[in-house]
Amino acid sequence: MAMKVAVMVTCINDALYPGTGKAVVRVLSELGVDLDVPTAQTCCGQPMINSGYMDQAVPVVRAFASAFEGYDAIVTPSASCAGSVRHQHSLVARRSEDPKLAAAIQGLSPRVYELSEFLTDVLGVEDVGASFPHRVAYHRTCHATRMIHSDDRAARLLRAVRGIELVEPEGADQCCGFGGTFAVGNADVSIAMGTDKVRAVQATQAHVLVAADNSCLMHIGGMLSRERDGMRVMHLAEILAAREPVT
Amino acid sequence: MTHVSQQTPVFLGTPPFPKAARTALGNTQLRANLANATATIRAKRSRAVGELDQWPQLRAAGAAIKDDALLNLDRYLQQLEDSLTSRGVKVHWARDADAACQIVARVAKAHGAIDVVKVKSMATQEIGLNEALAEHGIAAWETDLAELIVQLGEDLPSHILVPAIHRNRTEIRDIFVAAMGAAGRAAPEGLTDDPAALAEAARLHLREKFLSAKVAVSGANFAVADSGTLVIVESEGNGRMCLTLPEVLISVVGIEKVVPTWRDLDVFFQTLPRSATGERMNPYTSTWSGVTPGDGPQEMHVILLDNGRSRALADEVGRQALRCIRCSACLNVCPVYERTGGHAYGSVYPGPIGAILNPLLAGPGTSKQVDSLPYASTLCGACFEACPVLIDIPSVLVDLRSQVVDANRGPSAMATSMRAVSWAMGGPRRWGFARALAAGGARVVSSLRLSRVLGLMPGLAGAWLRGRNLPSPRGSSVRSWWKRRSRGER
Ligand code: SF4
Repeated sequence: MAMKVAVMVTCINDALYPGTGKAVVRVLSELGVDLDVPTAQTCCGQPMINSGYMDQAVPVVRAFASAFEGYDAIVTPSASCAGSVRHQHSLVARRSEDPKLAAAIQGLSPRVYELSEFLTDVLGVEDVGASFPHRVAYHRTCHATRMIHSDDRAARLLRAVRGIELVEPEGADQCCGFGGTFAVGNADVSIAMGTDKVRAVQATQAHVLVAADNSCLMHIGGMLSRERDGMRVMHLAEILAAREPVT
Repeated sequence: MTHVSQQTPVFLGTPPFPKAARTALGNTQLRANLANATATIRAKRSRAVGELDQWPQLRAAGAAIKDDALLNLDRYLQQLEDSLTSRGVKVHWARDADAACQIVARVAKAHGAIDVVKVKSMATQEIGLNEALAEHGIAAWETDLAELIVQLGEDLPSHILVPAIHRNRTEIRDIFVAAMGAAGRAAPEGLTDDPAALAEAARLHLREKFLSAKVAVSGANFAVADSGTLVIVESEGNGRMCLTLPEVLISVVGIEKVVPTWRDLDVFFQTLPRSATGERMNPYTSTWSGVTPGDGPQEMHVILLDNGRSRALADEVGRQALRCIRCSACLNVCPVYERTGGHAYGSVYPGPIGAILNPLLAGPGTSKQVDSLPYASTLCGACFEACPVLIDIPSVLVDLRSQVVDANRGPSAMATSMRAVSWAMGGPRRWGFARALAAGGARVVSSLRLSRVLGLMPGLAGAWLRGRNLPSPRGSSVRSWWKRRSRGER
């Protein structure tokens, strides 16, 4: 494969879920993708943009543009970050009044793919060879469902995993209440929404909760752990990288 | 530019959203009433919308009609004034709430009216008309069932379409029994909470008002420029009574309600009822084009209201909010609204549309309460998906947040952390250091089971830990692992 692909790990994964970044590398390498994990990468800037700190987002978007310059495709295990690059980076570039940054972003945005988009649309793969014999509840997440519409792609990839028993909680289209800084700025409403999501997830009696975004999982998983519920939360990439024996 | 008050007068004193939301969340009856009501309307709406294959085209058409009207507002308003005037209607222009209220009071007084009947209207709620008329010794009676419940209960509206959505039928029975007598005809003896019995009590109570009132006040859902027609869609028939029985009709109409042509109504008559109540068609559609001698009101006034709308129109991103046809679909699908109810938004416009419209009308930076509204959302996008005129509410929210930040350049916990994070993320070396610090911090907090203690602390970390643990990061960082891996080590 001649295509030069970069993995955009995302800041949350880099700091708190390194296993997810590594799983992306494993899944793509097994499929023969020529990969790089640019060490200059930091964050997409979404935390600043969504909080209204546009000036503070400018240096971050600039760092993004320089870290990923020259790659044919940029793959990220986050629907939310992919959406931010696609829909928000042009706004930051406009704010910077720097035509060079605007041009760089315009060139980069269409080359950014959320993991399941890259696997199904670019590589044309649905069965990545994974096996994971467990009952798994799939949380679709708002940004995958409504911003970049990748939720069905992830579902197809999960269904192709050997041994998996895939279920969906009631109210699949309902937000979990994370919402970035909403989780702390409006903590009461965030926790109230999260509580309802946790109940719906628990009702599936699954052993594992999966999503294509660790930010939502940090919120739901944080509540599960506070309740000492034993349910594990895993990113889509980690299940796709799993090779557990199926009996 | 007009200067408008930051909040609807009746809502004055509402604290910023997070605090108001906290109070609302503590009201279990409210949460149960809301969860039931919104779930029912949501299901009805999605059935009604799902029936139409051309739904996407109808949404796009509605947005296009409104955009045309808004971008040529001066021309269409002039046309509207001309066609209304030529049909015997007296047209007034009101810069703000105060001016509009004064005009209504003046007209009512000229006819010696001590009370007026009202058709449900958001514009008159927005300007606090009932309170203003009371100061002139004029009683304004709401005739929409839900508005009547709110008025008799000395309550505030909490939903655009169903202002008493936070009440269940037992509460409504109690309000009727306690308050109808003082306002006119008392509730029948032994009134039950059976919906039909409640409706009959309201009917008898209101009939007296319809038959005696000389002046009616309405809003309008649409104002058609070419034909000089005002339009009201409603479900109960109370509007039809108000629009036909009294001698004088005063309509308060936001300037964004104008649509260019009579034909344009075709689109909205399909999208509005399906989005609002989940019905294919609304039960009563009233249209009137000026005075008809010997039939209906013989004196008509239309007050074209700005009250911040030209301010909103000047906002490049936010002006799309003026497309809103007040269907409430965005409220009914909003997970935040569902849990807090409408009062927490401190305005007659609650929910997602309120979170953008109030700051757009008043201007970011006018008060802490207004500035808190664009943050009252997780940006989940359910509102945008439901909106029949394609208002991209999440994008407007994000843009308004940046205006709020720009208008309040001072120290705050969020500003400090955003500056720090921005500095750290502007360069890979700094980020490598910050990343290690964050991972280490999370590991320490989760391993020492400090979460609960830290959750009691103020600040951002405390707010997170109040209900959630932090993950405990396992394994080496991705970048060092990648370096080893690409050198052939595993
Ligand atoms: S913003 Fe859209 S969905 Fe919300 S009330 Fe207005 S028209 Fe309806």
